[in-house]
Amino acid sequence: MPASAAGFCFRLVRRQLVLGLRRPVELGNPLLFFAMVVALFPLGLGPAPDTLADFAPGILWIVALLSNLLTSDAVFRSDLEDGSLEQLLLAPQPLYFSALAYVLAHWLLTGLLLGLASPVFALMLGLAPTAIPALALSLLLGTAVLSLIGGIGGALTVGLKRGGMLISLLILPFYMPVLIFGSSAVQAALNGNPAGPYLAILGALLCISIALAPLAIAAGLRISVDT
Amino acid sequence: MASESATGDVLLRARELGLERGGRQLFSGIELALQRGQLVQVEGANGAGKTSLLRILAGLSRYGFSGSVERFAPQLFLGHQSAVKGLLTPRENLAWHVAGEAGFSPEAIDAALAAVSLYGYEDVPSHALSAGQHRRVNLARLFLTRAPLWLLDEPFTAIDRAGVAVLEARLLAHLQQGGGVLLTSHQPIAVAYPLLRLDLATGALQ
Repeated sequence: MPASAAGFCFRLVRRQLVLGLRRPVELGNPLLFFAMVVALFPLGLGPAPDTLADFAPGILWIVALLSNLLTSDAVFRSDLEDGSLEQLLLAPQPLYFSALAYVLAHWLLTGLLLGLASPVFALMLGLAPTAIPALALSLLLGTAVLSLIGGIGGALTVGLKRGGMLISLLILPFYMPVLIFGSSAVQAALNGNPAGPYLAILGALLCISIALAPLAIAAGLRISVDT
Repeated sequence: MASESATGDVLLRARELGLERGGRQLFSGIELALQRGQLVQVEGANGAGKTSLLRILAGLSRYGFSGSVERFAPQLFLGHQSAVKGLLTPRENLAWHVAGEAGFSPEAIDAALAAVSLYGYEDVPSHALSAGQHRRVNLARLFLTRAPLWLLDEPFTAIDRAGVAVLEARLLAHLQQGGGVLLTSHQPIAVAYPLLRLDLATGALQ
C-alpha cells in the first residue's frame, strides 16, 4: 500500500527544508543579492530621499523578481543529477502534490524570507512606513506565485546543461502580471489608497497557479527525465 | 488487451518492445511476462540497450519506443544513480526517500542499514561516505521495500564480495516470498534459484 499522499508531501517538504538549511550559503544568496542591489540604487540614482522613495515600490519588486529568477533554476537540478528525480516520478503518490511540496519548500526558503526581510530593505530606500505592510503582504503572496511559475521553468529546463537563459525567456512573461499588481499594491498604499484590491488579484493569481502550475511542473519533469 | 487470463501471477508484461536510437535498432520484438517467483537477468553487450529497456519497463521512458508495458504490482526501481543526498545522513535518506513508500519505522531503517554493513554510519553525512557506501545506502531499500516487483540496473556495481553475497541472499528471500526480479548485471549471479536469461540481441528468454 502506498503511503498517504499527505504524509509523503510532508516528508518531502521536510527533506527539502533540511537540505536547504544545511546549505546556508545558498539560502542567504537571494537575500544578499537583494541587499546588494538595493544598496546600489542610491549610488546610481543619487541619494535624494524623495526620488528614491518614489521609485522604491518598483525597485523592491523588480529585485525580488530577479532574485526569485536566480533560484528557480535549481529547484530540481540536484535531484536530477543524483537520480532522486527518477525515484520521485516512480512514486505511487500523485506527482501533482509532490511538485507542490517542492515548490512550497522553495517558497519557504526564498519568498517567505524575502517577504519577512523586505521591511528592512524598504527602509534602506526610504519607503514610507505606511506602505510597508502592503509591501510585505504583496511580496509574500507574489513570491509564492513566482515560485510556482519558476518551478515550471525549472522542471522544463532541468535536463539541459545550460538552461539559465532559456528559463528566463520561458518564465519572465508570466512574471509580468505579478510584478504589475505587486508594485501597484505598494504604490496604492503609498498614495493613501487601499491596497486590498491589488492584493486580492495577487491572491487570485496564487489560486490559479496552485491549481495549474503543478500540472505543468509534473509534465515538465516527465519530459526532462525521459531522455 | 484481449486475453487477461492469468494476470494474478504476472507482475509485469511487455509486448513487442522495440527501441531505435540514433538510427540503430537496439532491440525489437521483446516479449516478457515476469511472474511471481521469477528471476530474469537481461543480457547484452555494453550499449545493447539494457538500461533503456529497464527504464521503459519502469515507466520512466514513455515515448520513443514501440510496444506496450503493463505493470500489475508496485515496483522498486534501482537505477545507475544512487538517489542519495550528500547533505542527508543515510538514515534521513531512507526515512524521507522520494520513492514514496510507506513511512518506515526507525528500527526498520536501522536494521536495513545494518544489513548492508552501514551500522555505525547511520548519522554520518552521506557526502563523507565512499561511492560503494552510497550504493549500499540505496541498496538498503531492498530490505525495507514491500514492493513485489524489483527492477534492478547493475545492482552489484561497486559492491564488495561480502556485500554481493548479502544481496544475493536478499534476492533469494524475495523470490521465495513470491516476488519477481528483473536485473541487469555483468557479473555472474550466484543464487541457488532458477535463472532466466533474456538475450536482448535475439529477444529469446530461456
